[in-house]
Amino acid sequence: MRRRHFLTLSATSLGGVLVYTLARKPIRVHAQDGQQTTLKLPLRFFTEAQALTVAAAAAQIFPSDDSGPGANEAGVVIYIDRQLAGPYGQDRFRYTSPPFAPGVPEQGYQGSESPAQLYREGLKQIRGLHLLGPSEQQATLTRIEHTPFFSLLRTHTIEGMFCDPMHGGNAGLIGWQLIGFPGPRMSYAGEIDKYYGREFRPEPLSLAQVLGRNAKPGEDAK
Amino acid sequence: MKRLPEVDVVIVGGGWNGLLMAKELATRTSLSILVLERGGSHKPSEYVEGMDELDYGIRLKMMQDISEETVTFRHGPRDRSLPVRQYGSFLPGSGVGGSGEHWSGISYRYTPDAFELHSRTVEKYGANRLPEGHSIQDWGISYSELEPYYTRAEKMMGISGKAGNLHGKPVQGGNVFEGPRSEEYPTPPMKVPYLAALFRDATERLGYHPFPLPAATTSRAYKNPDGVSRAGCSYCGYCERFGCMIGAKAQPTNTVLPVLAHSRNFELRTGCRVRRTLRDAGHARGVTYVNAQGEEVVQPAGIVMLASWTLNNTRLLLLSGIDDAGKVGRNLTHHISIPAAMAFFEKPLNRFMGAGAAGIAINDFDADVFDHGKLDFIRGGSLYTVCYGFRPMANFGVTPASVKSTWGSEWKKASLHYYDRTGRISFYGEHLAYRDNYMDLDPTYKDRHGDPLLRLTLDWRDNERRMAAFMSRKAEQIAKEMGATEVTPFPGLKRYDATRYQSTHIQGGAIMGAKEGNSVVNNYLQHWQTPNLFVLGASAFPQNPSGNPTLTALALTYRTADAIIDRFIRNPGPLA
Repeated sequence: MRRRHFLTLSATSLGGVLVYTLARKPIRVHAQDGQQTTLKLPLRFFTEAQALTVAAAAAQIFPSDDSGPGANEAGVVIYIDRQLAGPYGQDRFRYTSPPFAPGVPEQGYQGSESPAQLYREGLKQIRGLHLLGPSEQQATLTRIEHTPFFSLLRTHTIEGMFCDPMHGGNAGLIGWQLIGFPGPRMSYAGEIDKYYGREFRPEPLSLAQVLGRNAKPGEDAK
Repeated sequence: MKRLPEVDVVIVGGGWNGLLMAKELATRTSLSILVLERGGSHKPSEYVEGMDELDYGIRLKMMQDISEETVTFRHGPRDRSLPVRQYGSFLPGSGVGGSGEHWSGISYRYTPDAFELHSRTVEKYGANRLPEGHSIQDWGISYSELEPYYTRAEKMMGISGKAGNLHGKPVQGGNVFEGPRSEEYPTPPMKVPYLAALFRDATERLGYHPFPLPAATTSRAYKNPDGVSRAGCSYCGYCERFGCMIGAKAQPTNTVLPVLAHSRNFELRTGCRVRRTLRDAGHARGVTYVNAQGEEVVQPAGIVMLASWTLNNTRLLLLSGIDDAGKVGRNLTHHISIPAAMAFFEKPLNRFMGAGAAGIAINDFDADVFDHGKLDFIRGGSLYTVCYGFRPMANFGVTPASVKSTWGSEWKKASLHYYDRTGRISFYGEHLAYRDNYMDLDPTYKDRHGDPLLRLTLDWRDNERRMAAFMSRKAEQIAKEMGATEVTPFPGLKRYDATRYQSTHIQGGAIMGAKEGNSVVNNYLQHWQTPNLFVLGASAFPQNPSGNPTLTALALTYRTADAIIDRFIRNPGPLA
């Protein structure tokens, strides 16, 4: 058994944002007057230091800025943590029989390392990222931006921004609100050929809200 | 090995072709029919829960388990073949209904000349216009022979569309380049989403002939000739990679399986992975399979039908040593499928709404409907735009060339702006057959049971590259006419790329033909040397025409079913 790690988030450092708990409920954490509010989220894969590093990287890829909230508010690191601990991270969705041999790019990824292993190795290259200032963080990531690890980080950051919240990211449907994606909806039969050239932006709903019950996310499968 | 009592007919694979064949035989004869499906069953409730992009669209929950079995791939006969370790260029479905559960539903008929590709091309342009190294041949069947079966398949699925050629007379608003139809489509065209309307209006202004895509995502409630009713499409945008949660998209489980529900002479066994077809003295004797409990089972049968998707049909023949003429695995083709142009607009497109086949196409550059005399390639395809439901994980972050960064603030801002302002003009093109594009058994890599994987040797040739470049230029013109402020043309077809999703229309391997020497099956999909063995599906297609394959595969299955019922049962022997 791995020692249990928690990601401790302080409301002041986040500046009053939504975070996502393991009870799959978004919580808006406000900095109280003179009061330090902290949240401890149990991690499934990362150590706390790794989680802070990944969160810092995701926040550089998809920053919180004047165009809206980003990876921190969406809980991207929680999404990635669960994916790496689950079947995807452990290579359940790949043919992993040897021999492993290098191929041409059109043959796709041929390595023996699982996504979880690629993170463990890749994180060594950006250790302590969260302790650096913003421009140093950007410079560090620029140095690795053509590596397979960075490519995974970028893909997973986008996924964590826009997944259904049952997967740990997109807390409070914040990602879907940013792009006007309504989530799974039963019907647009009345709207599909209306709204030509103008925005149609129904309020986003999660799968659980549409179903009226929770669905089981793939990362929780045995 | 456990030996079970003999059945009259065993069908390998519970997808479109296997279940359609089972329906015809079980309802029109008293033969005992057994379908063996390697996956599990699907419940309709699962498809509502399946409206989740991550688990279904990205992690591909409806597909075959690639960790147990995949294919290997290389570009040329002298290259090293390596396993396709994660899904990329095609997505074979698993479970009852097969890929027919997660398809998009675009349901073309092939053009008449596609069936006679070799003779028509030579007749018009001369044999020297056939590309070097080709293995192009005629299908051994004509469009007019297949027409009544196309009509039946369309009625069974309730295809939505508008005829463009009724009894040889062109009909404006339909695909005027299609072959003569005996009847109008069973249901009217789907509604037109905004992006598709822009495409329709622009192509009309350019003098082309836009028409609504023929769609198995039926436009309104429909009852088919078997008495099966389905709802009309709700344009929810979860078709490809998803099962339809209201059953509007024709799928084997909502269109064919309900008819079989009360057939006493029909049995469907799930979790059964067929490993060999048994044959001796020129007769198929049955199959062996591993059941859900892991036991090896012998299932004797009077007639054996392989209907387990293109690649697996080929693999089963090779694993079983049934390759009398050395033709099994030949004519491997993969539908050319490219984003011919990415177009960026000022106005929002609301692209989350849509359906797998809700779109508009032009076939002015299809097949040989335009003159190739002065061009540097033969054949063609369809330029179209389909609003299949734009989901964010797969589509966020596409920006015009003027945006240089791929992460960080500037990229984020541009990606947010363009997310719902990005449209794609796609191209589906005909892939010709070449001697060096083929399948055989891999010498190194094995599946979970220790059987060799299928090895694909596949690459594009200049004919495809030039066709793609030509179509990309046309798509760029159309995008500009649609009002796009920036357009990114397709960078060009280079080597075959097993990592880029193209389509699941990978075909050939057990091709049909008019003569025993040049093909594996006759035009009844009956094995030339083994009259009680049939190989159904797109493995029979000698070339890969521009349209999507399912409708043609089903038309051929109907024709085979009729021939078995009308002739073969009384007089088992060669049908052609």
